[in-house]
Amino acid sequence: MKFVFSEISQGFRRNLSMVISVILVTFISLTFVGTASLLQMQIGQMKNYWYDRAQVAIYMCSDVSAQDLCPQGEASDDLKASVQEKLESKTLSAYIDKFYFEDHEQAYATFQEQFEGNAVAKYVTANQLNETFWVKLTDSTKSQIITESFTGVAGVEEVRDQRSYLDQIFSILNAASLAAIGIAGLMLISAALLISTTIRLSAFSRRRELGIMRLVGASNFYIQLPFILEGVLAATIGSILAGGAVLAIVQFFVQGYLAERLPFTSFVGLSDGLLVVPVLIGAGIILAALASGLAIRRYLRI
Amino acid sequence: MISIANVSKQYKGSPRPALNNVSLEVAKGDFVFLVGASGSGKSSLMRLMLREDVPTKGSVHVLGENLVGIPSRRVPFFRRRLGVVFQDFRLLPNKTVSQNVAFSLEVIGKSKGFIQEAVPEVLRLVGLEGKADRLPGELSGGEQQRVALARAIVNKPALLLADEPTGNLDPATSQDIMALIERINLAGTTVIMATHDRGIVDRLKKRVVELRDGEIIRDQVGGSY
Repeated sequence: MKFVFSEISQGFRRNLSMVISVILVTFISLTFVGTASLLQMQIGQMKNYWYDRAQVAIYMCSDVSAQDLCPQGEASDDLKASVQEKLESKTLSAYIDKFYFEDHEQAYATFQEQFEGNAVAKYVTANQLNETFWVKLTDSTKSQIITESFTGVAGVEEVRDQRSYLDQIFSILNAASLAAIGIAGLMLISAALLISTTIRLSAFSRRRELGIMRLVGASNFYIQLPFILEGVLAATIGSILAGGAVLAIVQFFVQGYLAERLPFTSFVGLSDGLLVVPVLIGAGIILAALASGLAIRRYLRI
Repeated sequence: MISIANVSKQYKGSPRPALNNVSLEVAKGDFVFLVGASGSGKSSLMRLMLREDVPTKGSVHVLGENLVGIPSRRVPFFRRRLGVVFQDFRLLPNKTVSQNVAFSLEVIGKSKGFIQEAVPEVLRLVGLEGKADRLPGELSGGEQQRVALARAIVNKPALLLADEPTGNLDPATSQDIMALIERINLAGTTVIMATHDRGIVDRLKKRVVELRDGEIIRDQVGGSY
């Protein structure tokens, strides 16, 4: 064992710059991996949160609705009452958590609030905005039931599931995290190649010793172990740094910066970060062991 | 001890085989000189006996191991049972004499106690007591070859393979080294020695196997060069 450790420390000193680059590359690539997986967790969490709150909107016809959808113009009170009746009927109420009606004035107030300061707020009048039945389902994935029941019903302009808006946002976030994973993958490949190059260089600078070790009958395991451990140790340092970086991002950027500015969103916390860190370290160790093991085996074929 | 039967070795990209249908039997305790010009196949034959290479055809048995079929993970354990010395000594320049000898025992997992006992003893045997803490660069060629011999025999091998061990030494020093190798042989170790040195072969009157163009052209007990 003492022999193994002195071999590793010699190897480290001999090609310090390569070892440092291995540490840096594993550090950066695994930080990408960690960030990407936290982003995935974040998307999952936001999905749960927002899908839960997503409602189905039944937009009633207004004066400005398109003729083909609303031939009779503004939905009459009778039509609104029949929609309400249908929502309260036995068949549908089983799926509905609650619903409420928003008339022109309420819609206008909400609109003014949402677009405060925006030029469009000045030109919009109350009767241009649809009166709407907002329906909250017990199971938000079953929005199709409402869509099918009310699409084409007289006085209804459109039925819209808010989840369709959310899906767009999530697909953008998803693409971002996939891009991060792609970059991380490329960097992991370069990390693996760099590790095997480092190990081969290390083996080359020790080829005299290796030749003698093979002549006197040192076992392959005994010859290879210091090299594999050299790669693994460098990668472990890199992945520990990556773990620290991921935790720091969660603590200082997500919890310290984002969470303060966006108080109504639930963000990933340190506990999620702590879940990712061992995965990163494990991945770094396995990657390095495989890369250096393969490199040294090819170099030392008997 | 050694049984080589109908061995041919063809290297890639070479039109002529390095060894062509070579057969050789060596009994326990034998002392065999392998002689022949450069390129006659001596080194190829040594490499096969060390299992640094496998033959293209034929069988090689050394110390009871079939070296053609031996799985590569068993090769190190086979090599522990023989000693090797070369023309260029192959010592580690940054380790002292005793560390060089100890290194070969450390890497095969011998205990510290065994190493502490065996190393001074073998250094005394080769006549290097008092030089244990010197670096190879501070020694003469003959002394370096003694270190290499000490390393080769410290594990008490049944077979010593020597590839031109006197190739880099002057005649007087060569005689000392040969005296040492003879002593090792008298103690029961089989010796196979490849050499160009006519004087040594003629003086020792041992078994001589001569190779030419990859074929054995002479196998004579008590022969000369």
